[in-house]
Amino acid sequence: MPTAPTAHALTDVTSSDSSLRRFLHGLPGVDAVGLEARAASLGTRSIKTTAKAYAIDLAISMVDLTTLEGADTPGKVRALGAKAVHPDPTDRTTPATAAVCVYPDMVPAAKEAVAGSTVKVASVATAFPAGRAALDVKLADVRDAVSAGADEIDMVIDRGAFLAGHYLKVHDEITAVKEACGGSARLKVIFETGELSTYDNIRRASWLGMLAGADFIKTSTGKVAVNATPANTLLMLEAVRDFRAQTGVQVGVKPAGGIRTSKDAIKFLVLVNETVGEDWLDNHWFRFGASSLLNDLLMQRQKLATGRYSGPDYVTVD
Amino acid sequence: MSDKTETVARLSVFKTYKLYVGGKFPRSESGRVYEVSDQKDKWLANAPLASRKDARDAVVAARKAFGAWSGATAYNRGQILYRVAEMLEGRREQFVREVAEAEGLSKSKAAAQVDAAIDRWVWYAGWTDKIAQVVGGGNPVAGPFFNLSSPEPTGVVAVLAPQESSFLGLVSVIAPVIATGNTAIVIASEKSPLPALSLGEVLATSDLPGGVVNVLSGRTAEIAAPLAAHQDVNAIDLTGADETLATELEVAAADNLKRVLRPQPVDNAGWSADPGTGRMTAFLETKTVWHPTGSLGASGSAY
Repeated sequence: MPTAPTAHALTDVTSSDSSLRRFLHGLPGVDAVGLEARAASLGTRSIKTTAKAYAIDLAISMVDLTTLEGADTPGKVRALGAKAVHPDPTDRTTPATAAVCVYPDMVPAAKEAVAGSTVKVASVATAFPAGRAALDVKLADVRDAVSAGADEIDMVIDRGAFLAGHYLKVHDEITAVKEACGGSARLKVIFETGELSTYDNIRRASWLGMLAGADFIKTSTGKVAVNATPANTLLMLEAVRDFRAQTGVQVGVKPAGGIRTSKDAIKFLVLVNETVGEDWLDNHWFRFGASSLLNDLLMQRQKLATGRYSGPDYVTVD
Repeated sequence: MSDKTETVARLSVFKTYKLYVGGKFPRSESGRVYEVSDQKDKWLANAPLASRKDARDAVVAARKAFGAWSGATAYNRGQILYRVAEMLEGRREQFVREVAEAEGLSKSKAAAQVDAAIDRWVWYAGWTDKIAQVVGGGNPVAGPFFNLSSPEPTGVVAVLAPQESSFLGLVSVIAPVIATGNTAIVIASEKSPLPALSLGEVLATSDLPGGVVNVLSGRTAEIAAPLAAHQDVNAIDLTGADETLATELEVAAADNLKRVLRPQPVDNAGWSADPGTGRMTAFLETKTVWHPTGSLGASGSAY
């Protein structure tokens, strides 16, 4: 992806803590009621038959198949990799998922499992999920994952610093991580929207992440009570739309956590199409961070193909 | 103005009959209803006209409930089923009225039907912790093994309730399915669904976990078709299907090797005859365990 330079209008925004704060606090406030109503109304679209089949295949191709458990083993990661490459072994027309998402130490196993396919390996890093570690430790974590061959890095921001108003600290940390990614790995920045309290904060965090050079902005870790919701994802989509309008730089969006059914996934695709348009309807620019979602998508796909409802006995137990 | 005090007529409070799915009372996803009338075509109420999506939701609910229900102790299931009978007893008058209207019976005949249904429920409640002794047990085998068979519930069972006997018949097909630990999706009698929908209200207040029984009303053929083809339904009871429909459904059910209980002939006295254990064993599978007894070699018997 060619990285366009940040447009001159925003270059001095990040020159000091106060100018960054002035800029972020100068962003228009979010109309929470309007945002939720808009997200809800877009969720009522009825997507059927061929459009549904297209949406399901698109959603499968956008899944970052994720396992982030303390109990992950190389065997489990291999199984996950195999599933990412051929989500439904009984139907080879099923598209592969976008990526597998694992902890840094599992990157070699994941890399091996998806070798020779289009599936990328994403690794969480920077003391995921809390992000409570010294910068050196976080950067070592990132370099470790990159050198093991991760194509994408999912970092968490320092929410403590963000909530305390130390925006430049968060910015510099993202920049440093971006640098540690080298030229090869794309950087996804996780805001943990459930911990940011307000929609205004989510908008600020989105802009902050994009100013610092994020390739993707991601809602959450999946480890807290509130994860991706249609409203916070819509807000982030609006942010990437506005950012591209101002700077010409396109940034991807990844809602993660809590998206479990095909119906939910299709609602998110409607949000994407209606907010930022077709440019983002591609797994280079939009992803779902999910684990159980894929099984539901596969069951729906089987239903469309055969006309009868499928069941959990016909997909893998992960 | 006359000074006669007029009694203000009370406004009628009509009951909204709803489906019973996953322990909740949703309307049909399709928003449709149909008119239910008595034997003389007098309107009784509107019942929900369930769609295939309601059937799908019911399967999800039944599957979710299966683990805990089949894993509960047989004794506990018996207690809960007995509780259902207690609750039925408390609403006896309502069921008598609904059965009388639905089947065109006199009040005393309807009461006899309801009593028989409650008694049958109690009878099945007693079977929960006894069926294993009757159809399971130790098998003599030619080798140094304990060989034990025990009946296990099949899983999610779709039940087409009888079309004619709206309550006694209904109870006679639901109770044996859940007594042994299965969970059920019941399609109520198409013409007389009201007692079945009211039964849902009883089940919801009887400690029966949500999703163990799910009651759908509507066109039997429309709801049964997706259930028969559903890959996550393990068995189907075709009692309420006519001959053509039963054949169609059996063909669809063969796809994932569902257990199928074909419509059984009903005796002259309706459903009042002793049911036997047949309806329970139809939805049980036998698990057999071989366990070595230990060495029977040089040292002789080890136990």
